Amino acid sequence: MSTASDNRPLSPHLQIYRPQLTATLSILHRATGVFLSLGSLFLATWLVALATGGEAYDCVDVVLKSWFGQLCLLGWSYALFYHLCNGVRHLVWDTGRGLEIKAVYTSGYIVVFASLLLTAAVWAVACL
Amino acid sequence: MSLRSPLSQAKGLGSAKEGVHHWWAQRLTAIALVPLTLWFVFSIASIAGAEKAEVLAWIASPVNAVALILFLATLLHHSQLGVQVVIEDYVHSEGLKLVSMVLMKFTHVVLAVASIFSVLKIALSGPIGG
Repeated sequence: MSTASDNRPLSPHLQIYRPQLTATLSILHRATGVFLSLGSLFLATWLVALATGGEAYDCVDVVLKSWFGQLCLLGWSYALFYHLCNGVRHLVWDTGRGLEIKAVYTSGYIVVFASLLLTAAVWAVACL
Repeated sequence: MSLRSPLSQAKGLGSAKEGVHHWWAQRLTAIALVPLTLWFVFSIASIAGAEKAEVLAWIASPVNAVALILFLATLLHHSQLGVQVVIEDYVHSEGLKLVSMVLMKFTHVVLAVASIFSVLKIALSGPIGG
């Protein structure tokens, strides 16, 4: 069905825009949130295995200590701290503060830096 | 002149029949999760690599067990509120939206009950035997 309306201008698609800190951090908040929900599935599995005892826990423990398990833990720890820091940023916005473009960029960089720092801190605690 | 009844105006809920409950619950759980999450992650990190008996003893301590249950309940409530919005935003077919929403909510309830029950079982089973 070809009509004259096919030639109407379209608004630019998402991929037209140069990636910006604001948009990237925004979608990252949602992505880390979904990823952390999957993490809660693993957390529940770990607790059930602990309460069950016997081979169930050994099984989870083997996965946890494998390179894949450690990679997941690294991902979950960063995602958790990112979502936490950016969540606090959202809570500040909810009070009507920090909504000017300059402030949004400043808090964005603080969130990236703080989440990396907290991730390093928690792994330092785990490894020492 | 408004055509809304005085009662409907007083309730102020509109056709969606709900107000800011979802938004408010998401914020409240977020605030509660700030200290709970920091406590949980750093505690878990400090017992990383510990023997199973040590982990069980840590969970069984009353303060840890209570904090863990608060953390799990708040976390899973916050999680289902967030995933709900993701499904609402990205799943456009009404049928699929309903099915995925119900499955998602049920899964969260199962995870909450299973994980909290596990903490209680460990905490209330007395001296750690395994």
